[in-house]
Amino acid sequence: MFKTLHKYASPMHFFALARALTPWLFGISLVLFGVGLVWGLFLAPADYQQGESFRIIYVHVPSAWLSMFAYLVMAGGGALSLVWKIKLGDVIARAAAPLGASFTALALVTGALWGKPMWGTWWVWDARLTSELLLLFLYLGYLALQSAIEDRRAAARAGAVLAVVGIVNIPIIHYSVVWWSTLHQPATITKMGAPTMATSMLIPLLIMAFAFQLFFLALLLVRARCEILEFEQRAQWVKTLLGASDQSRGTR
Amino acid sequence: MMASLRDFLVMGGYASFVWPAYGLGVLVLGLNGVLALRRERYLLREMAKRNLPGYRVA
Repeated sequence: MFKTLHKYASPMHFFALARALTPWLFGISLVLFGVGLVWGLFLAPADYQQGESFRIIYVHVPSAWLSMFAYLVMAGGGALSLVWKIKLGDVIARAAAPLGASFTALALVTGALWGKPMWGTWWVWDARLTSELLLLFLYLGYLALQSAIEDRRAAARAGAVLAVVGIVNIPIIHYSVVWWSTLHQPATITKMGAPTMATSMLIPLLIMAFAFQLFFLALLLVRARCEILEFEQRAQWVKTLLGASDQSRGTR
Repeated sequence: MMASLRDFLVMGGYASFVWPAYGLGVLVLGLNGVLALRRERYLLREMAKRNLPGYRVA
């Protein structure tokens, strides 16, 4: 197993694997988006308290879960590059950061759109919302570091330290609704208890969450390929690849 | 038919919250997809231009 992992830590092998996986991930996620949207918008019943506004859940919750998942991916990549000096770790972290930032922003805005009709306000400084906003700032801080430091290795090191230190915010986001009294509702799905949601509403939520995850992975692989192309541009395998893709397009 | 479509679009009076949320979702997913794929295509083209003498973009 370690042999296989070691093989795919090489940019060349990872690039080939990413290229093969991306169309499948995009394809499956688009099918799941279709099923999840039809189920969530047309088939799931309206909530007895929140009415039709609860349908925002199918965008808000998957993007909020993804905002944390993307951070774990970014911090994991940062740790790989910081501790084990694996270049691919930095590639993954750099690729995950803008995606994570955009999904965190989406979670915050859709949360505000849900909060206004339900709580009567767009925003409150409660623990869940504030820690999610802090997550957005961590992403933006990472992106600012990457663009401010010219030396790629120094930027990778600084970014990795920020990403790894910032991981402490993830359990704070997750447990904020348990540890503090918040306006935000408690978790709908927990590891221990049964979901607090009807199955007819829960299934489309899980489908949408899975679709978001797969779409994120597809985007991550495309962005990782771009990062690899940039730093491996002088490698022979990239030149060979360029020649091959050039010929396959018939542009010479 | 038209009444039920109108009911669906009105979203029980929450249309101005529900549809912008979905619109933003589509926008974020779509933009991320388009930007990532365009960047890769741009990089491949630029690098091919630099690496392969006599390269022409069709």
